[in-house]
Amino acid sequence: MITGLLWLLGCQLAGTAIVDVTGIPLPGPVVGMLLLFIVLVVRRRGGEDDPIIQVGDYFLSHLQLFFIPAGVGVVVYFAIIRDAALPIVVALLGSWLLGLATVGWVLTLALRHLPGVGSEGAPGEEIE
Amino acid sequence: MTLILWLFVTVAAYELGRWIRKRTGSSLAQPVAIAIAIIGVLLAASGTAYDDYADATTLISFLLGPATVALAIPLYHQTARLKGMVVPVLVALGAGAVVSMVSGILLVRWLGGSDALERTMATKAVTAPVTIALADRLGGYPELSACFAIVIGIVGAMLGPRLLTLLGVRDPRARGVAVGAVSHGVGTARMLEEGRVEGAFSGLAMGLTAVVTCLLLPLVAHLLL
Repeated sequence: MITGLLWLLGCQLAGTAIVDVTGIPLPGPVVGMLLLFIVLVVRRRGGEDDPIIQVGDYFLSHLQLFFIPAGVGVVVYFAIIRDAALPIVVALLGSWLLGLATVGWVLTLALRHLPGVGSEGAPGEEIE
Repeated sequence: MTLILWLFVTVAAYELGRWIRKRTGSSLAQPVAIAIAIIGVLLAASGTAYDDYADATTLISFLLGPATVALAIPLYHQTARLKGMVVPVLVALGAGAVVSMVSGILLVRWLGGSDALERTMATKAVTAPVTIALADRLGGYPELSACFAIVIGIVGAMLGPRLLTLLGVRDPRARGVAVGAVSHGVGTARMLEEGRVEGAFSGLAMGLTAVVTCLLLPLVAHLLL
């Protein structure tokens, strides 16, 4: 349990340090995610009894909880949101829908036409 | 006392949201949306300032960091599926990021929103911790951009899978990447419920979209803002 937590915090710490030193425009946890990915690939363990997997899966199963404090922040912007309700709602939903469709369609087309990339998700087959 | 009170209320509201989700079985009942509504009402009723609430719940928002790091795990489970997909995924995410930023800016401009709102909307298509940093740098409203990211995450969790089916996107990898690209953490939490492949590719797309957007935003801002 503690070992897994140490790995997660360690990767976040290393990611934040890398961002601070290099000044790359990315948040520390995102760099930490890439670092943990490298760690997992290099270790090549990752069974159900791996402490990183156990702690990480627990965190991920309650990911929504961690967004609540920031989400409640919407109350602070109530005046701005009320005064510009139309542009906010239309631009938010419109650009979201256009982005979703673009990514979905471009990737679907690419997967259909690229040789060597399976056309189906091959459900059920496990990795490693 | 108030510190532990708001921590308790936040976790309790989330648990209530999960209970409602389980009872109704509807994807429209997202625990995070239910909790935000409940806490918003309680803050207003008790006359508590948001800053005080945010201070009291720092412990919970802090956990967003390690949880973001943990997104590497579902990705690792899917490494074999990634073979040959790196280029198509990056092309799709790049196209999606540009469409999302440009349409966000132009729609706000067309409907008479302020310049700061255009800048806020431009940065909203990335995960909350990233959009705060980007909006700050670009001259938007950082906290509002985080709210946009969360709201659009909730919308994605509610409507994303259904819309993708309507749009004819059936491959679980494409579905995961599309939702992760535009609906970030909350959308990814939803896709993890859909399936392991969807969840893994959604988490991957969320991370890569942050990178792609950070690289493309200066260009879009130079041309449009």
